[in-house]
Amino acid sequence: MKRLSEERTKILFEKLSKYIGANVKLLIERPDGLYCFREQKDRVYYMSEKIFKLASTLSPTQLVSAGTCFGKFTKTNKFRLHITALAYLAPYAQCKIWLKPSAEQQFLYGNHVAKSGLGRISENAEKYSGVLVYNMADLPLGFGVCARSMSECKLSDPLTTICFHQADIGEYIRSEEDLL
Amino acid sequence: MGRKAKFTEGVIVKKGPGRKSKKQKDPIFKKELLADSNQPDRKLSRRQKLRLKKRQTKEQEAQSKRQNKNAQKQEKTKSENGIVEAGVSTGFTDSNKSWLKLKKSKQKQPIIENEDSSGDEDPVSDEESEVASDEDNDDDDEVNVSSLKDISSESDGGSDDDEDDDLLPIEKETKILKKKRDEDAKLAEEEMQLNIANQEVFEFPESENDGKQEVSNLQDVQARIKDVVMVLSDFNKLRQVNRSRSDYMKLLEGDLCTYYSYNEFLMERLMQLFPLTELLEFLEASEVQRPLTIRTNSLKTRRRDLAQALINRGVNLDPIGKWTKVGLVIYSSQVPVGATPEYLAGHYIIQGASSFLPVMALAPQENERILDMCAAPGGKASHIAAIMKNTGVLFVNDVNKDRVKAIVGNFHRLGVINSVISTVDGRKYPDVLKGFDRVLLDAPCSGSGVIAKDPSVKTSKDEQDIQRCFTLQRQLLLAAIDCLNAKSSTGGYIVYSTCSILPEENEAVVDYALRKRNVKLVDTGLEFGSDGFVNYRHFRFHPTMKLTKRFYPHSHNMDGFFVAKLKKFSNQIPKSQDDEVVEVLDTEEADVQNESETKETIEDVKEDGSNLGKNKRKRENNKNKSPTEEAKTQNNTRQISLNKKKKNKSNTSTINVEPTSIVIK
Repeated sequence: MKRLSEERTKILFEKLSKYIGANVKLLIERPDGLYCFREQKDRVYYMSEKIFKLASTLSPTQLVSAGTCFGKFTKTNKFRLHITALAYLAPYAQCKIWLKPSAEQQFLYGNHVAKSGLGRISENAEKYSGVLVYNMADLPLGFGVCARSMSECKLSDPLTTICFHQADIGEYIRSEEDLL
Repeated sequence: MGRKAKFTEGVIVKKGPGRKSKKQKDPIFKKELLADSNQPDRKLSRRQKLRLKKRQTKEQEAQSKRQNKNAQKQEKTKSENGIVEAGVSTGFTDSNKSWLKLKKSKQKQPIIENEDSSGDEDPVSDEESEVASDEDNDDDDEVNVSSLKDISSESDGGSDDDEDDDLLPIEKETKILKKKRDEDAKLAEEEMQLNIANQEVFEFPESENDGKQEVSNLQDVQARIKDVVMVLSDFNKLRQVNRSRSDYMKLLEGDLCTYYSYNEFLMERLMQLFPLTELLEFLEASEVQRPLTIRTNSLKTRRRDLAQALINRGVNLDPIGKWTKVGLVIYSSQVPVGATPEYLAGHYIIQGASSFLPVMALAPQENERILDMCAAPGGKASHIAAIMKNTGVLFVNDVNKDRVKAIVGNFHRLGVINSVISTVDGRKYPDVLKGFDRVLLDAPCSGSGVIAKDPSVKTSKDEQDIQRCFTLQRQLLLAAIDCLNAKSSTGGYIVYSTCSILPEENEAVVDYALRKRNVKLVDTGLEFGSDGFVNYRHFRFHPTMKLTKRFYPHSHNMDGFFVAKLKKFSNQIPKSQDDEVVEVLDTEEADVQNESETKETIEDVKEDGSNLGKNKRKRENNKNKSPTEEAKTQNNTRQISLNKKKKNKSNTSTINVEPTSIVIK
């Protein structure tokens, strides 16, 4: 477990702010104690200071995970969010879309969202902005990127893709082996 | 589609038994012919009665006429006595009387005889007629009584009739009924004795090999199991004289092994564990799956909301019971329960009912530091996190790197954020981290309680597997106790649980820990389950062992399980001379049993033994030193020996077990 470098911190926060905007600040400054981002084997974990101290007693070979895994840095030094970060993204999301029950299953199998499956969409949805995907019962299903802005959505035909799939909770079953 | 080839064209297929095998039907007899002549008279119709009466009166009249005539004749003869006397005495008055003989007298004799014989032939009818003539003038009711009397005369014989004469008709009836009842009882008793005789049909097969060969299909085996169980249930009465109880037990064991496809080792252990009737229940219960149960993740939802959401998806469910507030049992479902959006969102986890118990016994508190030593796949550990409400720190450990991935997945799905997940050999955990408030050790075991889930246990386990299991369990339990902080203000508790029902893996392990460490058993806080064994066969465990809890598939409808809760009251590790001796003895035993393994391991064992000797000598030398110093020196020697061998051996205990060969669930 080590601190993130300046550069990587920047990349991480840029990525997070695509989804939750200025709410990134809320992840660092919490009323219930100090929380921090730490890196191990290119994976970024988010945990309280207390847990971090105890976890650092374990050697890197023994430690598998601590707190919540947010994602990983690729070899090209880009940050990729994992579905495991959903619990922190969902409450602070800026841009949301809601899926009809018929499209829910499609999305959970890793498909993009077509216009026909779109139930609702928040007004501030811009093209290529990060978006959180919910079902009609407000259950967070995953996240992706808007392929069309809200205004374009209205005009497009039912088969056009509205949202590109990035991660969904179906991965907990589909790819449990390489979640981290 | 298309034409079908008629492969059976040339061949004539016979249907039915054929023309010539026709059989003539059984002949049909008329009712009248079949009717028994002995049957009591049917009730006569009114007209028939009238006719009968008429007939009888006629007969009577005729008889009285005849009597009158006779009387007249006698009077006549009396009056003519003087004249006829000579004639009567001689019979003939003429001159031929000297040679002529009376023919009449000769004829008369046989006629009388005939009359007698006819009377003998049909006494009943005679009696009837007599009775009828006697009570001719009475009512119809009387007729009935007379008929009853007839029955009595039939069954009793003549002698009683005389005594019965002065009884009221009702008394007669009761007497008859009583007699009938007595007879019935006698018959029933005879029949019962016959039945008992029939039950004793089960005979012990001549020789064991023959017995095994002759019984080929499962029905026969099952029948024989039933028979033997019955014999054993009342052994003194039903046994064969030349067979002992152990013979019967051996036969039963063989049969149970074939019928339920266990290996003999496990069946023997189970037979030692359960009385016969319970054993059969257990075996039957182990054949069927336990109901599917889920645990609500109280971090994300409430049980009521979850139940509603699942019902909307077409799942038929119910709360498990009053003892838990987070469990639901699922009867049927139209969707796969392990793949609903609620499941993926982490609102519940599929978990056996028995897995709730150790966590409930552990009773974690908020803001504690808790360790789950053998956690994969993380069901119990996530339950702990849910009870702690994501506060404090939860250390989760499992040796198996592949299975740890399941823990990671489940924890992120369920939203557990206070966890540290690691892969360390549990036996070495005290070297990594100590000072936990509570520890849960759900030890790897033979799995004899979850045969329904994994039937391979039936055949795959033998003596050595069990031994490996409990050696590992002992080491893990000692390590877990060492991790615990006895001075913790809130805790200092450890829960030891297995999904095995064998006492060797449960009570014996806890007993070992009680001897080796400063721990005591405390109540688990679970209100159901049967108490642990204090005495089992030749084992005499600590008397507080009854505080542990056992769960069986047949009596509690959950997987077989064992839960023990211990409290650590001192951080010091007691070291006494006897303990070391015992330890050395243990290793010696292990050595003996490991002989059957490969040469390599035998060499290892020898090496180990030599190291042991060294250790012991050193310990004796260091007797005067403080315990901590002693421990240090021990560690040093061990490390040296480890380096020498360059093998991954356990250094927490001197008992030799190869970590790689242990199958960890």
